[in-house]
Amino acid sequence: MTAPALEVRDLGIVFDTRRGPVPAIEGVSFAMARGEVLGIVGESGAGKSLTGNALIGLLQAPGRISAGSIHLDGARIDDLPREAQRRLRGKRIGAIFQDPLTSLDPLMTIGDQLVETIRAHLPMTAAAAKQRALDLLAEVGIADPASRFGQYPHQFSGGMRQRIVIALAIAAEPEVIVADEPTTALDVSVQAQILALLRRLARDHGTAIMLVTHDMGVIAEIADRVAVIYAGRLVEIGPVAEVLHAARHPYTTGLMSLIPSLSRREERLPQIAGAMPRPGQWPGGCSFHPRCPKAGPRCALETPRPVATDAVRVACHLFSGGTAAAPAI
Amino acid sequence: MIAIVLRRLGSVLLVMLVVAALSFLIFNFLGDPVNNILGVNATLEEREALRRALGLDQPTWVQFWHFLERAVVGDFGISYRNRQPVMDLILSRMPATVELVLCATVLALAVGVPMGVYCALRPRGVLSRVLQMVSLIGISIPQFLLGMLLILVFSVELRWLSAFGRGEVVEIGWWSTGLLTDSGRKALIMPVLTLAVFQISMIMRLVQGEMQEVLRADFIKFARARGLPDRAVNLRHALRNSLLPVVTVVGLQIGALIAFAIVCEAVFQWPGLGLLILQAIEYADFPVMAAYLALVGFGFAMINLTVDMIYLFIDPRMRRK
Repeated sequence: MTAPALEVRDLGIVFDTRRGPVPAIEGVSFAMARGEVLGIVGESGAGKSLTGNALIGLLQAPGRISAGSIHLDGARIDDLPREAQRRLRGKRIGAIFQDPLTSLDPLMTIGDQLVETIRAHLPMTAAAAKQRALDLLAEVGIADPASRFGQYPHQFSGGMRQRIVIALAIAAEPEVIVADEPTTALDVSVQAQILALLRRLARDHGTAIMLVTHDMGVIAEIADRVAVIYAGRLVEIGPVAEVLHAARHPYTTGLMSLIPSLSRREERLPQIAGAMPRPGQWPGGCSFHPRCPKAGPRCALETPRPVATDAVRVACHLFSGGTAAAPAI
Repeated sequence: MIAIVLRRLGSVLLVMLVVAALSFLIFNFLGDPVNNILGVNATLEEREALRRALGLDQPTWVQFWHFLERAVVGDFGISYRNRQPVMDLILSRMPATVELVLCATVLALAVGVPMGVYCALRPRGVLSRVLQMVSLIGISIPQFLLGMLLILVFSVELRWLSAFGRGEVVEIGWWSTGLLTDSGRKALIMPVLTLAVFQISMIMRLVQGEMQEVLRADFIKFARARGLPDRAVNLRHALRNSLLPVVTVVGLQIGALIAFAIVCEAVFQWPGLGLLILQAIEYADFPVMAAYLALVGFGFAMINLTVDMIYLFIDPRMRRK
């Protein structure tokens, strides 16, 4: 059995503040197989992007990894020295960010940006790197790469720029790509094209893609599995069909009921009562219990551990011992 | 691209016309040229004759046209004080000032930019804090004070450097340079330092501020995510994107210094344009002032044109029509 492309074990991230470390991510574990698309969903501030940044080694101070480990193809990477992490970035773990309009250096041609990225990771002559750059542009669907090669970012549309960003991310054929809201800034028709492109990369190159989004539609379209994050903790992870149609965790159930549907028209859009607590203000026990319709006394006392039920792993007392009642002491 | 250049040239022409009008006003209406040339004891007939000879009896716009005609070929009349053509006077003084200012600017860029980059990358470092403090002093200290302190230390106490003048100069055509002789180079040291301290401080702060801003940009984060070495991220991407405002400010500074390095030139008795205009003001030498004004305007217009061209070169987004 081969090691998963990427494995995160019990990851914890804290923000160092004047009043001591404040946890922002706690006990997050998941693994991704080659060629798999894992969707990460959650509200703004739940810690989705933070997890992504930790994977590519770009957590910004005052944030830092406080617990757990990250393994790439079986080898631990989060404790590597700075320079070694830099070498992994782009070469073995690629990244795509939300806004393609601002992700490219405006003063440099896209060709030069591709060539500098390729040559940072692969021992190639300038001519070979240029050829590879042209191939990459063709692969991500840029028409007429040869004449586009010498153009600047402002000469491309948003969708085209995101394709170029993707070409940059796969320049050195990474095993894993972290895509942080890659389609949020694009209009719907372009979104679908970009998602199809990502899907094809995962299939053709065996790249594992971690897709951070808050758009359930995007998840349904391309993800194989989905992980739901709430207030820094992973509450449910499993195959897309299972999670979307038979959500177990009350938070996931709530999220699913929020997706507006054409068949049932409602006057008011539904919402989950209350707001997600910010880091530093997490309640004791399960962080969702103040908003949970099914919460029992045990939920405020004890943080639920994730348990596997079939293909789905869920962190909720309803599934750990079958009861939300207070534990017998 | 060519359209942009042509448009810029058009506005340069317009600016020059306005400047020429101002300088014509000074030339013709401040003081009485007839009095200045003949003295107060001349007879009425003599005055009338000279007035006609100078064309002062003609309508103003005709006079302005003649002024323009002469200005274009560099004829701004005769200095009241030196009895020399104004243009020759200015050209003979220009090399001293241009050399002084360019040396100061090169020094300021060579020192200020790296300091700014360092402070942007390590804003909390001890050295950064020291540099920031020093630059605050550098910006606030008056030039005459700095110049006199330098003279006190290096001329009076240590006796290393001469306190005034350019030293020996070498003539190359109409240009005279102090860069080719030892005494000329030594004479440059203190005036250059005096001018450069302010510029170093300003460029450092400018680069630091701009670069800290750029370092927060998405494309920098993405450049790191692409796994580029720090050097490439910081210099090729961050610094280059921080340089546009620096180009603007340095351009304006060069113009301002060439025109008005007056204090520094006065302290070191530097035989440049600053001293010339100072004397012209003192003696109400209007032809010199008028010519000077026109040339300064021309200089600024040219510098701005150059800055715009550099913009076009650096930033591809500006090349759109």
